[in-house]
Amino acid sequence: MFPSRFDLVVAQTVAEAVEAKVDAGEGGRFLAGGQSLIPMMKMRVAFPETLIDINRIAGLDAIERSNGHLQVGALVRHADVVASDATFGAVAAAAPWVADPLVRNRGTMCGSVAHCDPEGDWNSVLLATGAEVIAQGPSGERSISIADFVDGAFTSTLGEDELVVGLRIPVPSGRSGGAYLKLERKIGDYATVAVASHLELDDSGAIAAAGLALTSVNPINTKVADAEALLVGQQPSEELFAEAAELAAAAAEPRDDVRGTAAWKRQVVRTYTKRGLAAAAQQAEGS
Amino acid sequence: MEVNITINGSEHASDVEPRTLLVDHIRRTVGLTGTHVGCDTTSCGACTVLMDGTPVKACTVLAAQADGSEVTTVEGLKGADGLHPIQSAFTDDHGLQCGFCTPGMMLVGASLIAENPDPSDDEVRWAISGNLCRCTGYINIVKAIQTAAARVAESSNGS
Repeated sequence: MFPSRFDLVVAQTVAEAVEAKVDAGEGGRFLAGGQSLIPMMKMRVAFPETLIDINRIAGLDAIERSNGHLQVGALVRHADVVASDATFGAVAAAAPWVADPLVRNRGTMCGSVAHCDPEGDWNSVLLATGAEVIAQGPSGERSISIADFVDGAFTSTLGEDELVVGLRIPVPSGRSGGAYLKLERKIGDYATVAVASHLELDDSGAIAAAGLALTSVNPINTKVADAEALLVGQQPSEELFAEAAELAAAAAEPRDDVRGTAAWKRQVVRTYTKRGLAAAAQQAEGS
Repeated sequence: MEVNITINGSEHASDVEPRTLLVDHIRRTVGLTGTHVGCDTTSCGACTVLMDGTPVKACTVLAAQADGSEVTTVEGLKGADGLHPIQSAFTDDHGLQCGFCTPGMMLVGASLIAENPDPSDDEVRWAISGNLCRCTGYINIVKAIQTAAARVAESSNGS
């Protein structure tokens, strides 16, 4: 298999890439790691007229902490996230479960976020940690909260001429912990179910902030806002986490498919929410 | 478009269509057929090559993206003094049955032991988790990679 014909623009700067996108219009697509886009092009599900390769742009490959945030550039590969010392909680937990080792060597975190595949791992992690997407367009840069960014299956609120240049993930200042529990049939398969959890504790040990998001059980990565609201202000406990798990299960509308029945997947959401929150609390208490 | 890729130490300048995949470029233009095409959908790892030392699936990289890089295929493993330790270990430990996945398995194995001189079973299995063997010969593949690691460690200690 091979893609249909396209013109390739190898951009050397972000400005050049954005300009090329403006010129190409709807038929233009950005290419970073290509681990989703190239297979889609080979299967002729995607057939861009112009492909704008951003891999040669300098300065987009940093993953570092700055001003209380973990900043991830557009060319940071999943393998770089796995290897980074700057990560924390759910981000660190999820990284080794994205795709397989070879795909992680090429695929980028920002590309995966921009792709908005509801079976993708990163958007759940970003929803749980309250991240922002940094987009650059012809009129400059803007920041979009991940909850506003993710708009539907394979759909974001990114403007037609905007490029995702980075992510900003707030690093908790106090005690915190996170988890990403993913059930997959084999390494590299999409999640059957995955749950991202994030907890921050105050000085009394009560939950100061909570994040909970689900992968592969809805047409979009799902932030479980009512469970997050329930958790905040409470002392961590098994009973509390069981209650949050019920809300998570209620927020999941999985479908019967080759990976399992809807009822079973909802039960996995329940179990993984309890386990994930317990792991996050344990990590926070030890931090 | 013009691309210049160093494959196994030799420079190959060619005029390719932008849509040419690296694996097809290696097999058809350069004529090195040790790199296989299996699933063609980024799942099986039969097309694994090292791009600047890092294993990647060559069915999911454009030849144009490899412009200026150094690519190692299975043909490039063998050195002036004979087979690479990973190749002799796959032979000795019967790390292959049909051989289709073998180039990818050996390149991933070679890349692993370059970073980790004494990988555990779990570390080897994790490293090859993007490569499928449909003869399900994983036990001997893991064993061969560990044998190669031990031989490399032994020869570097001895020198």
